Amino acid sequence: MSTRLAKQGRLIDRSKKVTFTFNGTSMQGYEGDTLASALLANDQMMVGRSFKYHRPRGVVASGAEEPNALVGLGQGNRFEPNQRATTTELFNGLTAISQNHWPSLEHDIGAVNTAFARFLPAGFYYKTFIHPKPFWKHVYEPFIRQSAGLGKAPDKDSRDADTYEHFYAFTDVLVIGGGVAGLQAAKAAAASGAKVLLIEQSAYWGGRAPVDGGTVNDEPVDKFVEQLVSELETMDNVSMRSRCMGAGVYDHGYVLGYERLTDHTPGVQGPRHRLWRIRAKQIVTATGAIERPLSFAGNDVPGVMLASAMRDYAVNWGVNPGERVIVATNNDDAYRTAITLKQAGVDVLRIVDARATAGPLAEEARQLGIRVDPGKAIAKVKGGKRVKKVAICNQEGVGGAREEVEADAVAMSGGWSPVVHMWSHCGGKLTWDDANAFFRPDPSRPPLGANGEGFVLAAGASNGALVLGDVLTDAHAVGKAAAKAAGFKPKNIKAPVGETTAEAPMEAVWLMPANAEIQLRMKSWLDFQNDVKVSDVQLAAREGYESVEHTKRYTTLGMATDQGKLSNINGLAILADALESEIPKVGTTTFRPPYTPISMGAIGGEARGEVFQPIRQTPMHNWHDRNGADWEPVGHWRRTYAYVRPGESVHDAVNREVKNTRDNLGLLDASTLGKLIVKGPDAGKFLDIMYTNMMSTLIVGKCRYGLMCSENGFLIDDGVVARIDKDTWLCHTTTGGAERIHGHMEEWLQTEWWDWKVYVANVTEQYAQVAVVGPNARKVLEKLNAQAGGGMDLSKEALPFMEWRDGKIGEFDARAYRISFSGELSYEIAVPASQGQAFWDALFEAGQEFGVMPYGTECLHILRAEKGFIMIGDETDGTVIPQDLGLHWALSKKKEDYLGKRAHSRSHMADPERWKLVGLETVDGSVLPDGAYAVGEGVNANGQRNMIGRVTSTYFSANLGKGIAMGLIKHGPDRMGEIVEFPGTDGKTYKAKIVDPIFFDKDGEKQNV
Amino acid sequence: MKHYSAFAVAREALRYHTGWERAWRSPEPKKRYDVIIIGAGGHGLATAYYLGKNYGIQNVAVIEKGWLGGGNTGRNTTIIRSNYLQDPSAAIYEKARGLYEDLSQDLNYNIMFSPRGVIMLAQTQHEIRGYQRTAHANALQGVKTEWIGPERVKELVPIINLDGPRYPVLGGLWQERGGTARHDAVAWGYARACSAMGMDIIQQCEVTGVRSQDGRVVGVDTTKGAIDCDKLGIVVAGHSGQLAEMAGFRLPLEAVALQALVSEPIKPCMDVVVMANTVHGYMSQSDKGEMVIGGGTDGFNNFTQRGSFHHIEETVRALVETFPMISRLKMLRQWGGIVDMTGDRSPILSKTPLGGCFINCGWGTGGFKAIPGSGWGMAQLMATGHSPLTEAFSLDRFKEGRFIDESVAAGVAH
Ligand SMILES: Cc1cc2nc3c(=O)[nH]c(=O)nc-3n(C[C@H](O)[C@H](O)[C@H](O)COP(=O)(O)OP(=O)(O)OC[C@H]3O[C@@H](n4cnc5c(N)ncnc54)[C@H](O)[C@@H]3O)c2cc1C
Repeated sequence: MSTRLAKQGRLIDRSKKVTFTFNGTSMQGYEGDTLASALLANDQMMVGRSFKYHRPRGVVASGAEEPNALVGLGQGNRFEPNQRATTTELFNGLTAISQNHWPSLEHDIGAVNTAFARFLPAGFYYKTFIHPKPFWKHVYEPFIRQSAGLGKAPDKDSRDADTYEHFYAFTDVLVIGGGVAGLQAAKAAAASGAKVLLIEQSAYWGGRAPVDGGTVNDEPVDKFVEQLVSELETMDNVSMRSRCMGAGVYDHGYVLGYERLTDHTPGVQGPRHRLWRIRAKQIVTATGAIERPLSFAGNDVPGVMLASAMRDYAVNWGVNPGERVIVATNNDDAYRTAITLKQAGVDVLRIVDARATAGPLAEEARQLGIRVDPGKAIAKVKGGKRVKKVAICNQEGVGGAREEVEADAVAMSGGWSPVVHMWSHCGGKLTWDDANAFFRPDPSRPPLGANGEGFVLAAGASNGALVLGDVLTDAHAVGKAAAKAAGFKPKNIKAPVGETTAEAPMEAVWLMPANAEIQLRMKSWLDFQNDVKVSDVQLAAREGYESVEHTKRYTTLGMATDQGKLSNINGLAILADALESEIPKVGTTTFRPPYTPISMGAIGGEARGEVFQPIRQTPMHNWHDRNGADWEPVGHWRRTYAYVRPGESVHDAVNREVKNTRDNLGLLDASTLGKLIVKGPDAGKFLDIMYTNMMSTLIVGKCRYGLMCSENGFLIDDGVVARIDKDTWLCHTTTGGAERIHGHMEEWLQTEWWDWKVYVANVTEQYAQVAVVGPNARKVLEKLNAQAGGGMDLSKEALPFMEWRDGKIGEFDARAYRISFSGELSYEIAVPASQGQAFWDALFEAGQEFGVMPYGTECLHILRAEKGFIMIGDETDGTVIPQDLGLHWALSKKKEDYLGKRAHSRSHMADPERWKLVGLETVDGSVLPDGAYAVGEGVNANGQRNMIGRVTSTYFSANLGKGIAMGLIKHGPDRMGEIVEFPGTDGKTYKAKIVDPIFFDKDGEKQNV
Repeated sequence: MKHYSAFAVAREALRYHTGWERAWRSPEPKKRYDVIIIGAGGHGLATAYYLGKNYGIQNVAVIEKGWLGGGNTGRNTTIIRSNYLQDPSAAIYEKARGLYEDLSQDLNYNIMFSPRGVIMLAQTQHEIRGYQRTAHANALQGVKTEWIGPERVKELVPIINLDGPRYPVLGGLWQERGGTARHDAVAWGYARACSAMGMDIIQQCEVTGVRSQDGRVVGVDTTKGAIDCDKLGIVVAGHSGQLAEMAGFRLPLEAVALQALVSEPIKPCMDVVVMANTVHGYMSQSDKGEMVIGGGTDGFNNFTQRGSFHHIEETVRALVETFPMISRLKMLRQWGGIVDMTGDRSPILSKTPLGGCFINCGWGTGGFKAIPGSGWGMAQLMATGHSPLTEAFSLDRFKEGRFIDESVAAGVAH
């Protein structure tokens, strides 16, 4: 039985009771408890079920490495599956449920898998479920999927009630881990004046040392920690964050910190997690070490725990995990657990030490009356949901001649492994330390920064130093080294002197007993959560899955939520043995971030909902919104698709706008169109390269429609270019193209013509631009001028088609472009963005008598299609060249070069079989389906129907009263009047006639008035 | 090769599974092979397999510098679909998808092909038009796809948020027989079948040079010595540039990092694969219960199998927006692979300027789904000199400007 000890518990406050529930049962703990310590104090030995066999699982560790004690935490919009009980701080009202069982934790149907375990070895699913084939989809897979997963999924419609945020930090030295090593390294580094950031994943400073004991400078270690922390807290150049885990180390000294702000106080105002994006010149990992389990049969039964964890529960939380404890070990450290428990009044039955001899701690244990059995091993732990009996045998041998002892808890220690994750994330290499049987950072092969120098250093236990004295000496030196590497002069302050207890060497024990028979190996767990046993790894090796990555993937070893923190090294050792190789030769799997799982919410940060991506708004955005805008996302903008009036459908609205703009007056918010200023003595030369047309010869005051191709010759953007003055051009791009084309220009300027004197600036948002379109366009503008008593001359003569002028229109500073994308009389007028709404209002008011209506993007599309103008993204798709669209005229023959020119000479570009632009009209006037393909005879070599063209845009034209479309058709322009067939996905076949793509006002009379 | 079945497992269980034989042999290289394939990823192994199975060419070695399946084949997010736009792509991906349907039986290795369905979401008008176009093309290409409205999307994906304030879901392109498979198993299954045909899979052996005589390949140099061959297939994904250099030609390829991540496992909550290209993210749930997530590529060329965290952020943010319930799930692991990208984002399956030397590369972010089809076509090309499946993907297309651009239909092509 596990209970609360009468005394002890340095982290709990016994005066503050905390109530929580587990599987609906109300329980009590103390402030300072973790959920795990509180569960143990309530004798809740079994806390979950394993993944594959649904075996009972109990708490095995006391920290981030815990693979078993995972719970569903919270409720509703705060429910979170797979939360580690060992790192969950207890709070009043906490609700936890155990996982992976049905109908209940105690009685789980899935546990029949245990009975069949023998038939379900590693990788069994690769060999089975193959026949009969339909069974996979209908029986096997649904079955596998149903049994998959650990925690319950949050409700399908749940919306996280919490918020998250991102912080940025820049520091000279980042120390990850606030144990004695981290604290000392931080101090040593900070003494140099370097800016130091120290982060610690738990709520406490000092790490393991206060539990393990010992003295520093002849004072108890917890005193030393206390002093050190307060010293650091007073230093201006040191920042300290607890509850902040180093999650990952990335290239160039980029580190992720994961701070849990309100997990222990849910509901409190403020973000739940904070993701720190840290740039550090040097990183010190002082992340400690993790104890390894021992592999013996039944090592997964609830009540079998890491020796260090048992010590933690006793010292930190005053919890006694059992009343009759057996300690199994291959090293001296576990003796501390035995001694600690014994001193706390727990019955420690014996210490089973696989080694022949132990160090001085054994003597101390014996003096306390603990029996020490050298050369012994645990043959098997018996018990289902908790430990009942322990069979003890000789370590050498197969596990015969057992002696059975009644016990209710087992503390195990297979030695320690430095936490090398953060060292390894970015390519730091490891070296095998034979004496301690662990991998530790190889200081000669650290992760390298841009300058070719290492930027990560390991300190203390994470560097392989296990004894307090060594830890401090190492950390002190590393702290100084980090400061130096970050460009500071380390101070020669004195290193603290930690106690150095003599310990007998550990002995690598990878299996208990050493030659355990197969029946025992099939019960010796390596990965507790994923149910991987010694026999599974041996099977993988036997079947040729020899690479450590193969073994991992074949057996799922180390793929559980703890990512093998407890299992990997043990598994490696078994694999090495099975392959008759050595551990360092077999190597480790790759350490990948994050160190422990971090919430998706934190990764996403603040950017949720409306601000997920910034919505770009034109100055008139709100007006549109108030006036029935049916919005359409275009890039990061929102544009009005149509202005829908009450009682109208979107389709009706579009038709109304189309007719009105042709008949009266339409206003389009064209502010989103890209506007790039290209300026400098070489700007003309540059634009001649960028555009297929000649831009350098454009006369100041005039506009030219330009095309841009990629270097492969494909049309990527178009727009009107205006020459502003000798050195300045203003290039309009498509709405979606502004940033892309800006980047495209910059790329060429920076990589190819970096010596040309040209600047490009994106001024899209500096202007509000309104297209004033329709027979009444000039009238409304002249009315504004008349009202203000003057303004620019907008007559045909003063401002001819394809020219621009600066001046006043009404009250407004305006630049008027006489250009048209609709075939109507049209002015595009740019005013400073700040005047956009006022200008729009003025136009609207003045336009009342001329029948003004705003129109949206769909009307814009239809108007241009009626005129046969192409639209980037509709007629083009990255595979279309200007020649396909009948735009030969825009390809300058005079220029020596432009982007795409050489590509256009490739054989396929001149292929007469290319599909060419035509107009399309259905025989019955209906609208062709979007994206339909025209078919020819027969099939191709791959059995696909031969295609001869496709619809690129298709609309209902209210002006013409029928469907009109544009398309690319093989030999299209030579086949005017022919009928082609378009099979629709609706089963119908649409017949359409090939016609001229200009449907309306073929001679352009309407725009030239 | 011992046959795999439930009965075999039961029989072996009685012997505590001590009787299983190796899935593939681990031989020393012979002096000479008819065909050498460099790269034991999915594409290399599948090429070898169909050379043996379809053309009886079994004196074949597959040479792998690391462990088989350890490249992108073992790090991808396993989406399988064939709803591509361009004819040549639709042909090879649909061939592959069709072969996936029976691959477990064919290889006697359960590769867990799971045709659970793939939805590509449309979140802009532009995307709607694009997917409607794809649906039209697919109908003529013999690929079964369907345009579906938002209600159907919600039915298929109960956890989706249809009316996010930023990019509401307007519908999607649905391929019912698309899905996922177990990536390692694909490599292992092919490897086992190749080995059983007598082919040698030589792991931990890096090719360091390509030897030629009179413009024809005659063998390779490796870290295990020189090996002769009549024909050579280079199938090394991100390292194609290096191998091509050894063989004396250049490739229009760039290598960039592509990343993916998984959440901790949870009980089943999403049965289909969802791709959201406007916001750049896609997600499915593995048979183990993890949400498998991927996004876009790194902006700069590099050979680290890591990538920058910003991309993880972008992807996760997009998916939290699309599936708000994942906000309280946790990222368990992130990783990256080096993908080989061509200018038109389509693969290269081709003869090369070096006689007898063939190349299969450029699968970029989306080649897992193509493995059986690519192997099938590549084997045909290597054995007979011609394959309708691979013809359009020849190297010549870059000279002729005959690109096969899929970015038209989808920004990302996983
Ligand atoms: C994160 C990520 C997600 C992806 N998601 C998907 C997806 O959802 N769906 C999809 O269809 N595709 C996806 N892909 C793409 C897919 O993984 C690849 O296109 C595919 O696996 C490529 O297979 P391959 O056999 O060509 O290459 P690889 O599997 O990389 O194999 C190439 C092999 O060549 C070996 N090699 C290299 N150089 C040498 C040498 N000198 N000598 C000997 N051997 C050598 C390598 O070690 C490697 O094993 C994704 C890729 C990544 C990275």
